[in-house]
Amino acid sequence: MFTSISFASILPEILILIVGMLVLIIEPFWKEEKRRNVGWLTAGGLFAAMLISFLAGQPGAPTSALGGMIRFDWLGFFFKMLFMFAGAATALLMMDHEQLGKRGEAYLLLLASLIGMNLMAVSSDLIMLFLAIETASIPLYALAGFMLGDDKSTEAGFKYLLFGILTTTIMLYGFSLVFGFSGTTDIYQLAEMFRVGAIAPLAAFGILALILVGIGFKVAFVPFHFWAPDVYEGSPTPVAGFLSTASKAAGYAVLLRLFFIAFPEPSLSASWTTTLAIIAAISMIVGNLLALPQTNIKRLLAYSSIAHTGYTLIGVVALTQLGAASVVFYLAAYILTNLLAFGIAMAFSKATGLENIQDYAGMSRRSPWLGLMMLTAFLSLTGMPPFGGFVAKVVVFAAGIQAGYVWLVVLGVITSVIGAYYYLNALKFVYLYRMPNQDEENHPIPLSRPYAIALVALTLGVILIGTIFAPWFNWSDAGALNLF
Amino acid sequence: MTFPVLSIITFTPLVAALILLLMPVNRKNEARVVALASATFALILSLWVYFNYDQSIAGYQFVEKYEWLPALGISLHFGVDGIGAPLVLLTGVVMFTGVLISWGDDNPHVMAGIQDRPREFFAFLFILAWGVLGVFVSLDLFMLIFFYEIAVFPMYLLIVIWGWSVTREYAAMKLTLYLLIGSVVSLVGALAMYFAQYQNTGVLTFNMLTMESARFSPSFQIIWFLPVFLGFAVLGGIWPLHNWSPDGHVAAPTAVSMFHAGVLMKLGAFAALRVGIMLLPEGAKYWQWLIMAFAAIAVVYGAYIAFVQKDFKYMVGFSSVSHMGLVMLGFSTLNADGLLGSGLQMFSHGAMTALFFAVVGMIYDRAHTRQIPELGGMSKAMPFATVGFIIGGLVSMGMPLFSGFIAEFPIFMGVWQVHWFVAVICSISIVITAAYIMRNIRQVFFGDMPEKFEGHITDITILDKVAITTLCIFMIVIGAYPKFMAPMVQTGVEYIMRLLGGS
Repeated sequence: MFTSISFASILPEILILIVGMLVLIIEPFWKEEKRRNVGWLTAGGLFAAMLISFLAGQPGAPTSALGGMIRFDWLGFFFKMLFMFAGAATALLMMDHEQLGKRGEAYLLLLASLIGMNLMAVSSDLIMLFLAIETASIPLYALAGFMLGDDKSTEAGFKYLLFGILTTTIMLYGFSLVFGFSGTTDIYQLAEMFRVGAIAPLAAFGILALILVGIGFKVAFVPFHFWAPDVYEGSPTPVAGFLSTASKAAGYAVLLRLFFIAFPEPSLSASWTTTLAIIAAISMIVGNLLALPQTNIKRLLAYSSIAHTGYTLIGVVALTQLGAASVVFYLAAYILTNLLAFGIAMAFSKATGLENIQDYAGMSRRSPWLGLMMLTAFLSLTGMPPFGGFVAKVVVFAAGIQAGYVWLVVLGVITSVIGAYYYLNALKFVYLYRMPNQDEENHPIPLSRPYAIALVALTLGVILIGTIFAPWFNWSDAGALNLF
Repeated sequence: MTFPVLSIITFTPLVAALILLLMPVNRKNEARVVALASATFALILSLWVYFNYDQSIAGYQFVEKYEWLPALGISLHFGVDGIGAPLVLLTGVVMFTGVLISWGDDNPHVMAGIQDRPREFFAFLFILAWGVLGVFVSLDLFMLIFFYEIAVFPMYLLIVIWGWSVTREYAAMKLTLYLLIGSVVSLVGALAMYFAQYQNTGVLTFNMLTMESARFSPSFQIIWFLPVFLGFAVLGGIWPLHNWSPDGHVAAPTAVSMFHAGVLMKLGAFAALRVGIMLLPEGAKYWQWLIMAFAAIAVVYGAYIAFVQKDFKYMVGFSSVSHMGLVMLGFSTLNADGLLGSGLQMFSHGAMTALFFAVVGMIYDRAHTRQIPELGGMSKAMPFATVGFIIGGLVSMGMPLFSGFIAEFPIFMGVWQVHWFVAVICSISIVITAAYIMRNIRQVFFGDMPEKFEGHITDITILDKVAITTLCIFMIVIGAYPKFMAPMVQTGVEYIMRLLGGS
């Protein structure tokens, strides 16, 4: 039963587990002041795991593995690569965090969560899926509340935990109803059950609604977005970056596989695509409008990430191959961009202890390179070429128009102009305003080596995905093909 | 494989911008040298393209094509026609003169040009130029929009960082949001065309040459023409969406105003023509009356508002609205004369308005005011700039022997063939333009110099003179010897007329 395919299908997770064990074993032997090197170990290990998986563990034709628990295909594989890259970048960003950097368990939690996310992207069985979601979530609850002495962090961890448990339970209830009605938990068999009408449409719609609650929490669309700003603001900045990127993308991986594979029946899909279209519209409006008055950079990014969830949903709503490809491509660009934005916020608050947008005044004079990176991140979030955000937005909008959702796309472009206002406003502080004490402008913001590596890699990634977009799109498209 | 001149021109500014960004922060003069060298290089190449363009053939020349994303039919596909080639040259000229004007003069009394962070200034200016050139040469709709948006965002930074401190934040944000709304609305239209084209031909491609023969249904064209055309025309300064433009011109630093009014507004007009009229000709015919009405209002209203301005730069800004209105008016005729005039007017206005903004900037740098009533007697201190402004003024009024005449005359001929009364109404603008240009020449350059300026006003630098001379040469050559440009534009117009059904 345990064949080479089964092995290859979970090769990345095995490798992450090995990295995690190494962290556990080696960390106690390092002295206190050297413990931050665990971050190098984690990031390097993840990078090696990516490389090995890429060389040895590429999927061929989609196959079912491990007794039908896992689907081994490009879609899952591409998502895994994205998550591991995000994890490596987050590990680097964690290294110089005061409370996280020297704690081996923080890295271990990150790795554990990564295993869960990787499995989320490939689960083809509802039980496996639930376990994966919990594996991904529980370490993140702990990481969000990691700064014990800090009230906001504790609040963030607790809020995240309560929201997470509640919504996941509702989703589990939905899963149990699925099993009760159909007698199977295999996602790929469910489609057949719906096709022959084993589940009454009304019950099916109820089930979908329950499942959407859980996914809505993960990807933070309206009305399940309330946790996001508080949790992002309170949790340690690298963790917030991870939450808003990899964790959100993992939610989308589940959304794509579950809804495109199990519920594409026209009688069903009409109802959930309409629901998601409305949710997308409201997310874009609410996210962008609420981002306008924000003064804290992490809260700004939190609301903007709600808006970006809305844009990504356009691709899901389209329910076409281009739609699925656009979602994957959008997430790839978004993960790089938002990690970059959070990384800069982290580097800046590490040096200055400040998190408000107005504190960024004079940053381009102090550190021209950091200013340019911030420019890259924020223009990419706005959706400007030659950065990843532009191409991502165009493909998502293209998918929407192809599927006939012109109204949604028009709403998307209008709200993206609202978005431009607050992104450009933040850049105004970076580039135009001077520091209250202009002598301080001669002191560049110090960047330690892990930050420099992570930020430069992310910046280059954002530019690469926005200029030489063919390989990225082809990978996304290959993944999307697995859904049809 | 021929010499890939268009891609070299297009990517020269990008390479220059990257080199500039990699240079040390404090090397101000080195940054300027790099900027000037790359601008000169681009100018020489654009002249080469201009003179090697085969005027006996209509259609696209110097075509290059590289597959970029075959899955969606996106390619790097470059080529210029008779409309695009003069605009590439115009961009080269304005880049070159813009860099000269921004060189600066660190004499503490003058502080002209860009003294604060020139490295970043030139880098952003060149990224802007990269986008502009990309639009003029792109034959792929996706890449056209890609470059179009690249041309939008550096404007924000250029205005907000180096602009006039009183209005820059407001003006920069207003400009960017206007242009962004325009470009994203056009983007939606472009995507709709992409899929409609796929339905008609079965080929998934953004190639505009394929789209030209896609035979979109008339109802499709009528629905989508307005969003596409008006979305791009926002950047062309079409009334009633022109509001961003004078504010943006005034707030921008001199070189950016030159670039903005000289080239960027042509970008909007060019894209509106290229995507709106050429790909959706039936829609253009259906909405002709509306575009003509908007353009006519812009022509007269812009001239009148320019007439009542007290601020020198606002006056030039509104005169740009009026002159770009003439370009749109020429488009709206949809006949050979009108389009020929528009093609020439785009070049003529680009050079003229760049010259205007350059001179206004030189005066402001020295007098520290732009209020027309407070200025006077500048001809004594700055004779060279005065001559330049007068030549620009003659172009602006449409005097024979200058490029303005060659450009405006065919436009009015074209309009007369469609609705003669529109031509009559719009000709009022020529009178108003003459009035405000003459009044300003008298007030600002002649007359008595106010006492507070005596001895403070220094003459312009040699680099400024080179810039003024360059711009004047083109305006006079085109005016005195129309064969320099008119036959080339004619080839572009022939091609467009074929798409419009030879009407």
